[in-house]
Amino acid sequence: MEYDDVIIRVEEMTARYGERLVLDALSFEVRRGEIFVILGGSGCGKSTLLKHMIGLYRPYSGDVKIGDVSVVHAEGEERDRLIRRFGVMYQSGALFGSMNLLENVCLPLEEFSDLPRPARELIARMKLGLVGLADFTRHMPSEISGGMKKRAAIARAMALDPEILFLDEPSAGLDPVTADELDDLIIRLSRSLGITFVVVTHELPSIYKIADRVIMLDARTKKMIAEGDPATLRDSHPDEWVRNFFNRKASASE
Amino acid sequence: MGMKSGTSKAVARGEVVDGRLVLSLSGRLDADAVSDLWPDVSRLLETGGEESILLDGSGIEYCDGSGAALLVFVERVAHRLDVPFELAGLSEEVAGLVALFPVEKFREDALCARSKPDWFVAMIGKETVGFLRNLVEQVAFLGELLVGLFRTLLHPASLRWRDLLGIAEAAGVKALPIVALLGCLIGLIMAFQGAVLMKQFGAEIFVADFVGISVVRELGPLITAIIVAGRTGSAFAAEIGTMKVNEEVDALTTMGLDPMRFLVVPRMLAATVMTPMLTLFANLCGILGGAVIMMGMGFPLVTYLSRAFAAVSMTSYLAGLVKSVVFGVLVAGAGCMSGLRTGEGASAVGDSATRAVVDSIVLIVFTDGLFAVIFYYLGI
Repeated sequence: MEYDDVIIRVEEMTARYGERLVLDALSFEVRRGEIFVILGGSGCGKSTLLKHMIGLYRPYSGDVKIGDVSVVHAEGEERDRLIRRFGVMYQSGALFGSMNLLENVCLPLEEFSDLPRPARELIARMKLGLVGLADFTRHMPSEISGGMKKRAAIARAMALDPEILFLDEPSAGLDPVTADELDDLIIRLSRSLGITFVVVTHELPSIYKIADRVIMLDARTKKMIAEGDPATLRDSHPDEWVRNFFNRKASASE
Repeated sequence: MGMKSGTSKAVARGEVVDGRLVLSLSGRLDADAVSDLWPDVSRLLETGGEESILLDGSGIEYCDGSGAALLVFVERVAHRLDVPFELAGLSEEVAGLVALFPVEKFREDALCARSKPDWFVAMIGKETVGFLRNLVEQVAFLGELLVGLFRTLLHPASLRWRDLLGIAEAAGVKALPIVALLGCLIGLIMAFQGAVLMKQFGAEIFVADFVGISVVRELGPLITAIIVAGRTGSAFAAEIGTMKVNEEVDALTTMGLDPMRFLVVPRMLAATVMTPMLTLFANLCGILGGAVIMMGMGFPLVTYLSRAFAAVSMTSYLAGLVKSVVFGVLVAGAGCMSGLRTGEGASAVGDSATRAVVDSIVLIVFTDGLFAVIFYYLGI
């Protein structure tokens, strides 16, 4: 597949928490239809970057654009339209605890469409079926496992058929088999529906399996230290630390 | 000796040879032994006058983290006294362990440099900045809330009525028993205390006036507001706080659902409507509570009630209700704001609930005083 069409542009974005610099003048592009992985060691600002890309945090300087619309500056109706172009799966799933799975997936449909109730429920059921939770529509989030919560959260993020899905650490806290199933799901959704994925993770097996392209953040310089496909980075990146990361080795110089 | 290695008691000995303090440690240096040895070692080091310190560790059979801390401590004292220090005779294992803790990182000056307490003026400055930030946040919250309420007024269909009714039930209907109990007890106590006093003047019947006016104007709204703060305000803060910690508030935002409209407005409306209703109920129960005492003193119920209702003017009644509406707004506002400002981690939710109740009660009492002044000047 060819990915020429750029869908997300991060332009010279700097992020700070108060005095502390977290990301320094980051620039990169995500292309339509690819599975794009943001990775790096613990505490290097991966989740922070994600939260800036979806407009939850305002960058200190710089801009993030989805299509031609700035996530930072969009207001009013333009912002509403922008927000509907993407879905987000949070680290914990963030399902609404007072609603069952069906209601969780129905909620965005209820708020943003004029579909009659049976139609909304059918769509929600189909989305839950897509992630393998067709038999759990009446369960409350507290009654299902962590992996199921994440899948339900993906179903909810897909409720309005977004172009882009942002996933924050999809395989964190899951056993290898469940994590692998989740990776299969991501690949399936990407190939069959053409959804662009932006995934934050540091699970190597998952990266090799799903990533078309990765960027790697560095906790020390607060910048991006590598960009490309994982196999190439592992074999031929000039920085030893990057090669070691992909080979899962502790560096001697550390 | 007959003692198995690894079980011998740890011993510290010190002697001064030609101005050099030779400190020998031996035995098993584990957490238990070190807590006994530490005072001994400190005392040995305090003798003073030594020109150098030699720590002889050849007798150490076993050493854990606490033992290593003791060795580092001796080095630290030597560094402070500015005398040469030498560590000798350590077995390979112990030396390896001690090497994990580079001594220069644990010296007093290194530790102090990192956590220097703020100067008094700096402390005042930081507190002031924090206070002002807080104030700005509150004003911003109020503004957003007003915008949210106004939008809901323009588009009533956008309000989640099912949520609103559920919240109203939890905040209102389910609070009836406790409001009834407290209202009744307050009426009872007021009537009893009043009756004891008034009896001296043969004016027991005026207890009805006393109970009626004080409950309807002052105590009914106040008691109800405090119950709502404790029951509902804290629940709002905990619910929204938990949603914040679980990233549910973020999820709402990125779904394009404004948390203000989705979470705060229904709670605000529910509390604002339910608080005056509960107040009415508390008033009624308070007056009935007074009736129990008066009937016990031989007055017929009708006499008491007609007296009490005659004493309470329409303006007093309305003044009490107006106050309770304002209290409802304050409690819901403090609860929701505290919830939305919840930080990260499990204890943050508890902090939010506590802050909600404390803020509410302070606001209630302060506003009640303000109302008293306003009503006084208006002649109500």
